[in-house]
Amino acid sequence: MATIILFAPLIGALICGFGWRLIGEKAAQWTATGLLFLAAFLSWIIFLTFDGETQQIQILTWIESGTLATDWAIRLDRLTAIMLVVINSVSALVHLYSFGYMAHDDNFREGESYRPRFFAYLSFFTFAMLMLVTADNLVQMFFGWEGVGLASYLLIGFYYRKPSANAAAIKAFVVNRVGDFGFALGIFAIFFLVDSINFDDVFAAAPTLAETEISFLWTSWNAAELIAFLLFVGAMGKSAQLLLHTWLPDAMEGPTPVSALIHAATMVTAGVFLVCRMSPVMEFAPTATTFIVIVGASTAFFAATVGLVQNDIKRVIAYSTCSQLGYMFVAAGVGVYSVAMFHLFTHAFFKAMLFLGAGSVIHGMHHEQDMRNYGGLKNKLPYTFWAMMIGTLAITGVGIPLLYLGFPVGFAGFVSKDAIIESAFAGGTDASMFAFWVLVIAALFTSFYSWRLMFLTFYGEPRGDKHTHEHAHESPRVMLVPLGVLAVGAILAGMVWYKPFFGSQSSVDKWFGIKTAAVEAESESHSQLLGIVGAAHAAGEESDSHGSSEPRVQTPGQGAIYIGDDNHVLHDAHEVPVWVKLSPFVAMLIGFLTAFQFYIRRPDLPAKLAENQAPLYRFLLNKWYFDEAYNFLFVRPAMWVGRFLWKKGDGATIDGALNGLAMGVVPFFTRLAGRAQSGYIFTYAFWMVVGIAVLITWMSIAGGAE
Amino acid sequence: MQPGDLSIILPELVLSIYAMAALLVGVYGGKDKLAPLLLWVTSGLFVAVALWIGFQGRGTSVAFEGMFIDDAFARFAKVTILLSAAVILLMSEGYMQRRGLLRFEYPLLIALAAVGMMMMVSAGDLIALYMGLELQSLALYVVASLRRDSVKSTEAGLKYFVLGALSSGLLLYGASLVYGFAGTTSFAGIIQAAQGETPLGLLFGLVFVIAGLAFKVSAAPFHMWTPDVYEGSPTPVTAFFATAPKVAAMGLFARVVHDAFGGVVGDWQQIVAFLSVISMFLGAVAAIGQTNIKRLMAYSSIAHMGYALMGLAAGTAFGVQAMLVYMAIYVTMNIGTFAFILAMEKDGNPVVEIASLSQYSRRDPVKALCMLVLLFSLAGVPPLVGFFGKYYVLLAAVEADLAWLAVAGVVASVIGAFYYLRIVYLMYFGADENHLDTGTSPVLWGALVASAVIMVVGVINLFGIEGVAAAAAATLVN
Repeated sequence: MATIILFAPLIGALICGFGWRLIGEKAAQWTATGLLFLAAFLSWIIFLTFDGETQQIQILTWIESGTLATDWAIRLDRLTAIMLVVINSVSALVHLYSFGYMAHDDNFREGESYRPRFFAYLSFFTFAMLMLVTADNLVQMFFGWEGVGLASYLLIGFYYRKPSANAAAIKAFVVNRVGDFGFALGIFAIFFLVDSINFDDVFAAAPTLAETEISFLWTSWNAAELIAFLLFVGAMGKSAQLLLHTWLPDAMEGPTPVSALIHAATMVTAGVFLVCRMSPVMEFAPTATTFIVIVGASTAFFAATVGLVQNDIKRVIAYSTCSQLGYMFVAAGVGVYSVAMFHLFTHAFFKAMLFLGAGSVIHGMHHEQDMRNYGGLKNKLPYTFWAMMIGTLAITGVGIPLLYLGFPVGFAGFVSKDAIIESAFAGGTDASMFAFWVLVIAALFTSFYSWRLMFLTFYGEPRGDKHTHEHAHESPRVMLVPLGVLAVGAILAGMVWYKPFFGSQSSVDKWFGIKTAAVEAESESHSQLLGIVGAAHAAGEESDSHGSSEPRVQTPGQGAIYIGDDNHVLHDAHEVPVWVKLSPFVAMLIGFLTAFQFYIRRPDLPAKLAENQAPLYRFLLNKWYFDEAYNFLFVRPAMWVGRFLWKKGDGATIDGALNGLAMGVVPFFTRLAGRAQSGYIFTYAFWMVVGIAVLITWMSIAGGAE
Repeated sequence: MQPGDLSIILPELVLSIYAMAALLVGVYGGKDKLAPLLLWVTSGLFVAVALWIGFQGRGTSVAFEGMFIDDAFARFAKVTILLSAAVILLMSEGYMQRRGLLRFEYPLLIALAAVGMMMMVSAGDLIALYMGLELQSLALYVVASLRRDSVKSTEAGLKYFVLGALSSGLLLYGASLVYGFAGTTSFAGIIQAAQGETPLGLLFGLVFVIAGLAFKVSAAPFHMWTPDVYEGSPTPVTAFFATAPKVAAMGLFARVVHDAFGGVVGDWQQIVAFLSVISMFLGAVAAIGQTNIKRLMAYSSIAHMGYALMGLAAGTAFGVQAMLVYMAIYVTMNIGTFAFILAMEKDGNPVVEIASLSQYSRRDPVKALCMLVLLFSLAGVPPLVGFFGKYYVLLAAVEADLAWLAVAGVVASVIGAFYYLRIVYLMYFGADENHLDTGTSPVLWGALVASAVIMVVGVINLFGIEGVAAAAAATLVN
């Protein structure tokens, strides 16, 4: 079944990309979409029936070279199962949505066939992403990693006539190169130290790695720390974390369905997946994980601040994605990988929906993306409005705090984000306390910019081009159905899957197929129901995880994630004070009220504030001047070096020499040879005699015994 | 003469008797009306004899007291010679017919030349060597000037004859020196004289013999006749010149230096390397200036002989193996290329201007594609078979500590790639379209496509030719 899931998108991509001339555009598109729905359906079956036991399904023997022996195999465990559902569901819906969104496009000329290409790229992306998450070894994962990078490049630059799209595609590719370099170094380091790149071997060797020292860049490092750090550098690039984030906002040049699929729900979460997948190594690398926490928290904060002032609807959501990824990394960094995956899972639903909703707005507004030209669209686009509303409620984290009905009550984002914030508090280190405060503030900003987006788009008076507003229209049904499906996920995903991701230690262990040495004697004590206040909730957890007094022991590599023996963050997160549990909710409320004040009651306030705080406003509007700084620090020197090597090195020296040789020396000899070929027999005979004379002379000097 | 001797030379005997008998039939029979029939019969006989030699031959046998040697090396060369001659004969029918050149002597002269060549590669004695060489050469002088009413053709025949006589003189002078110092004309005797402390006179003799042979393989600086003869001769004859006689001369070359002078490898190695390097460079450089595709192929074959000599210069069994593989590949490529050239016609008249190929890919994409494959293969572009030929000789040179020669070979091949690729450029991106005729006879088309396919498919295992060549080389060098 997993094999079918993996190859269905590839077959779809091949048929659609190469075969559309034979079977026609529409048929090609439907083939790709149909195959993805099949994959999505099978993924849900796997997800719901999976028992947590890791399975390996070998497809073929891939590399045999020296001590490197690698199979191409599908590693099916809980992490994979989760990712399969996320990827295939979102991808299938995005395929469907694209029928409407890509129906007409002014970027292509009349009669040009761009749709099969688009669908083929989407399907190819899905295949590469599946390769990434089903990988059983690091090189296979790297293959998928680069495959999604390629698909992302192709899709960002899909409007190849737009210079900005091409620039953005190249930027995404180049920035990701930096991260991938780190990832590749990490793989090399692992192979160097473990002599294998198969996950099982690597995980088994993790405790040994923690005691190994390795010399790299003239410094001695702890091997586990170094590997964890290098792998995280790869994750930073793919998941657009601070310092390597600059490509993600620009990637919005791609068509909106692409943004929803690649730059919100799936590819950008690959970094989080990588960290979770490598949890056995991460658990032995405290310094590296601290670094992950700090980077994640900083990104969450940074991106949220920039999101406050952006005017392009897609860029706001892009920064929001960047910020939410920061949340996930914090969770992974403090050691609750299950929570990181939880947020990844819920985020995929509501963020894909926000993007698709934004796409619907853009579609309805004839490709206008500036929110300053929106306003009052609530009645024009009613379904889109409600979808966006649900998405906003989910991302800002609306729910009923402290109520516990066997699960918390609230939208998906509420459940998973609060879990992260509580975990950060429970992390117990300075870094995680920093992360806690930063994430609470980021939650406030999140709420503000999300509501700002809603208010600017759907409320108030119509602004901008009157003609556009008059012709604003609701999107066709193929675009609305995916929104509806995702809305269900955005509402329910958090509540339904709360326990397996963020329940008691034992329920999480069970879900992720972890068999611990501790006797699983405790009963599921949540049947006590209706613990209305947090204390009761905590008490419930208390009895849960202390059902057995023996310490919990897990071997690395057993189960989908590894939780170190002294990692109690998951447990502690359930026992945080009430104010901690309330803090994100309060932050959300403040953000909402501020946005309400700014954009509904006093729409003149934002302009005034921007005027009063001009430097700060510009600082945020220009995204902390990261692009400018990079341009100065890296791009221009690189351009200079490139130009120097091109003009002087390549052009003058190499080309000059070769051209001189090819156009001066060789033709000279050619002419000479032509002249010698006079056509007269005596010349020919003369040269033969010269030849024999030379040979004889040579022989008498060099050869012979005398 | 032993009773068994005749059975050893039976293939040569059959061909000679056939040629003489057919000559009588031709003279007293239908004359030129019989020519097509004779051509097909000759060609069929070539194939039959080739198969016979290829499948029947076992081990090493010597006839006429060492004058004639039948070993794996000779058989490899003979099969290559006969098969290529057979294909070229078939390819020439249409062309010769239309030009009124299809005389009944033509296939018979080719048959006699083939006998000469078979004699050459089996020679075990200087006398036998000379006999084979002259039998071959005399036949070739005649076919070169087959078109008697054309100034160029007669000029070609005459030039070839005069210079060939000069080279025969050099060779004979060398042979007499060798005889004088070694006291014998048989290779088995010479190799005993030429061991360790070798008299300089013997080496001088060797140099003169090599010069004579270098003329036959058209290695620089004894190559001067090649462009003129290639240009002036009727194109099928040119195709023949470029293939079978080259194999024969190369085989004879290898036989002389190894069988007769295998004890003084160090002495002739430098001479062969010298011939190799200047042939490669001259072939590459001079071809660039050509506008006539036949002249271009002449220089191309000079360069290719340089590479084959590189394998020989290694002086090892592997070098000989590389040379044999190279020659087999070279012959295959040339058959295809000449099939293409033979098909180059405009309004029924042959065209040899390279410029006329401009935009040919639009006129006939299949043939253009085949030619492209062949040209890339001639240039030695991987992964085509031509690359592996070059790779083998370079490897042989490197293993024999002749790295400088290998480097020179690579540089020359880069220069040489230019003129091959220029044709490709013209065919695909040329400025204006010339209207060459599109129709092609099935024989030419088949030869062209087959050799192009071989260039592509052969990369899998070179059709197992390596193993055969290795066995052949092993019998020569020990």
